[in-house]
Amino acid sequence: MERILEVNDLHVSFHTYAGEVKAVRGVNFYVNKGEAVAIVGESGCGKSVTAQSLMKLIPMPPGEIKQGEILFQGENIVNKTNKEMEAIRGKDIGMIFQDPMTSLNPTMTVGNQIVEGLVKHQKMSRSAAHSRAIELLEMVGIPQPDKRVDQYPHQFSGGMRQRAMIAIALACSPKLLIADEPTTALDVTIQAQILELMKELQKKMDTSIILITHDLGVVAEVCDRVIVMYAGKVIETGTVDDIFYNPQHPYTKGLLRSVPRLDLNKDEPLTPIFGTPPDLLRPPVGCGFTARCESAMRVCQEIDPELTEVSKTQQTACWLQHPLAKSRIGS
Amino acid sequence: MANQEPLLQVRNLKKFFKVGDNTLKAVNDITFDIKRGETLGIVGESGCGKSTAGRTILRLYEPTGGEVIFDGQNITKLNPQEMKAMRRNMQMIFQDPYASLNPRMTVGDIIGEALDIHGLATGKKRKERIQELLSLVSLNPEHMNRFPHEFSGGQRQRIGIARALAVEPKFIVCDEPISALDVSVQAQVVNLLEQLQEKMGLTYMFIAHDLSMVKYISDRVGVMYLGKMVELAESNKLYEKPLHPYTQALLSAIPIPDPEVERKRERIVLEGDVPSPMNPPSGCHFRTRCPKAMPECAEREPVWKEVEPGHFTACHLYS
Amino acid sequence: MQLTKEHFEPISMDLREAEDIKRPSLSFWADAWRRLKMNKVAMASLVFLILLGLCAIFVPLISSHDYYTTELTNKNKPPSAEHWFGTDDLGRDMFVRIWHGARISLEVGFAAGLIDLIIGVIWGGIAGFFGGRIDEYMMRFADILYAVPYLLVVILLLVVLQPGVGTIIIALTITGWIGMARIVRGQVLQLKAQEFVLAARSLGADNGRIIFKHLIPNALGPILVTLSLTVPQAIFTESFLSFLGLGVSAPVASWGTMASEGLSALRYYPWRLMFPAIFISVTMLAFNLLGDGIRDAVDPRLRK
Repeated sequence: MERILEVNDLHVSFHTYAGEVKAVRGVNFYVNKGEAVAIVGESGCGKSVTAQSLMKLIPMPPGEIKQGEILFQGENIVNKTNKEMEAIRGKDIGMIFQDPMTSLNPTMTVGNQIVEGLVKHQKMSRSAAHSRAIELLEMVGIPQPDKRVDQYPHQFSGGMRQRAMIAIALACSPKLLIADEPTTALDVTIQAQILELMKELQKKMDTSIILITHDLGVVAEVCDRVIVMYAGKVIETGTVDDIFYNPQHPYTKGLLRSVPRLDLNKDEPLTPIFGTPPDLLRPPVGCGFTARCESAMRVCQEIDPELTEVSKTQQTACWLQHPLAKSRIGS
Repeated sequence: MANQEPLLQVRNLKKFFKVGDNTLKAVNDITFDIKRGETLGIVGESGCGKSTAGRTILRLYEPTGGEVIFDGQNITKLNPQEMKAMRRNMQMIFQDPYASLNPRMTVGDIIGEALDIHGLATGKKRKERIQELLSLVSLNPEHMNRFPHEFSGGQRQRIGIARALAVEPKFIVCDEPISALDVSVQAQVVNLLEQLQEKMGLTYMFIAHDLSMVKYISDRVGVMYLGKMVELAESNKLYEKPLHPYTQALLSAIPIPDPEVERKRERIVLEGDVPSPMNPPSGCHFRTRCPKAMPECAEREPVWKEVEPGHFTACHLYS
Repeated sequence: MQLTKEHFEPISMDLREAEDIKRPSLSFWADAWRRLKMNKVAMASLVFLILLGLCAIFVPLISSHDYYTTELTNKNKPPSAEHWFGTDDLGRDMFVRIWHGARISLEVGFAAGLIDLIIGVIWGGIAGFFGGRIDEYMMRFADILYAVPYLLVVILLLVVLQPGVGTIIIALTITGWIGMARIVRGQVLQLKAQEFVLAARSLGADNGRIIFKHLIPNALGPILVTLSLTVPQAIFTESFLSFLGLGVSAPVASWGTMASEGLSALRYYPWRLMFPAIFISVTMLAFNLLGDGIRDAVDPRLRK
């Protein structure tokens, strides 16, 4: 399979008054062509920062990509200038944000925001781009697209704004779509519409998707593979079936046990994960999850575990995978 | 059960807001009971009036019409003095753990405020009581002199719970207490609420848009749409056999964290958006998005009635 | 490093430990002060203003000269060891007159600031808190007052009242409080919709408690920023009015009157204009830089 994106040993920090916040601490992952990959984790785990780094959208300063590479179609974009990035943003990589109201320009018609990208990246004429914009709005399910195209974002409802965002992101048929919590601000019935739309468009356009979310239900519905992040690191990755049916890392297990399921009866109590994530101003020496982990061992406090293979498709960063830990638990 | 009378009776409650020349009917004629010791869940999408309902029940907003009877007493008729005393019985937990705690006060003073207002404890006793409350919500009592911004979202929400518990209420309105929290932390707060309910015999009204969590915590669940209650039933029953087409769509829209189930699932995807509550459709408010709408839905508003024992709905399909 | 069996012994985690807050506790104001201290420009301004205040108090007290004694044999002298800033056209010591002027400037600035603060907070606070029609009437009244040409008001006042520091302060505050009132009203409107206010209400708090415990402490940041800009504004206006001859009258020295007197002799005795002008500018600059620093220190958007 063709790898469209590969991230190797990415470190991102923010320099604040209080000191250096190590938001992303050595992240590795890849995305294949046509695949939908979820990045899940709690707020502050570095998932959004990782996504923004892929587009180099991190405010610098205070942000800084300290080390690592981001290979998009084999090219390292970490060293690209802002000008070079502009050619990639919106053309090869599209992005959808959580809050469509703040990510659409309120002083421009929705149509013109789509036209802008088409004229810039695809060298279309304005009139051709305008009719393409109508097509795109129709494709994302906006009624009366020929009228809506000349309206401003505030004339759209929340769900329609998100659809418009998707139309803008998809205008130049990007190879990769990054969706940062695209449905978190929406109501469930609207979320269902948007998720249907994303799945349909992915099939139609063969776009790869990185979906950043904290909602495991959304992951199960849309994604092929899952990357679980915790305290700025990838702690487990695998196919959706690996992660949901055979989770290895205690954090992944805890996450799955802490959400109630609509289709099951109440009897099963929820098992929360105690405590709170570590302060990334002073990241822990060993595994970041140690303080909240039920199976913590001495080694966890001292050395940070590396990602190791569980199966062909699944990897996890946990000392429980070590033969010595396995033999202790086995005996 | 010595006292079979419901703790709270809400009768034809209305709350309208004036917005310019228009009237926003945020809560429009809802009626239900909350029994002693139970948790009543209220779900609905943004703008359906669920939070307004909670706040109007506590008289944080003056009701436009209807009655709220708490423990046999009609609280909509109380004067400010009586209402202040009544506030010891009914409390609220808020949605936003960042906005609901005054950033300039220490955690001790935030929790202690309730004690000061009602003159419940002073001096050394006040400090002991605050520390006791902090321990009750599993926070370190030594942190009482810290400020809210030093705590995480889940910890802040627990501070909010401790504040509500300070006056030893019987009834708490939980207004989306977990929607702003991370998943791993949501369960902490929900479990805490359940433990406290058991320990102190509390009655909850649990408002949320996350149906999975509402189902988990509630004994009965009410569904609201555009200021109206459309269905109310015992929670397992509501999920097994939803009657109202809106409830059916809402349940179907929720993704389930199980890829196998998701692959097989057929979902009802509603068309369009929620209409503006300023100008709701005539007759049944849901008819514009309802897959089963009939001509009479536009003409008459459906009546709220008990279709099966304990299972209420307002829909023309069942009349 | 060789991993041994011991490394894989389970440890029991103290859950308290995982919940413990390790960062040192800081109140909002302690944090703001810490940030202000890191701002070198603002701190330099603060030090300058403190020195200015101290000198204004003590120099006229300990100096062997005073601001009103004329010495006609010694007029228009350039700066020297005896008269550090030279003398004016009546032979009065400029150095003492400058510090005396600083007294008036600071007096006017702080008095006007204080009165603006009191009226503005009360007016804006009431308007914002009660809202509706009360808000409408109160703010419209402020708008009308604001629309009256300022100089006209001052000139009319000076016709009615004796010229002097008191009159200038009244003139400054007649419309000066409006800016503060608007800021406070905006803050209160925004804050009263916050959930913590609702929480206090649901606990049974009365209006007084909500205003003094919840609203004002949270509006204090923007109030302080506004104050740090109204004080220099008042100082400048006083100088400006005195310069036009509408301010304090002789023999009292104010930076504005000194600059005005110095202007006529600019060609021959430049120091007579230069010293008051420098003091006016540097003081204004220091207040504004400090104000900027305070704004950065209390602005929650810059917090992390």
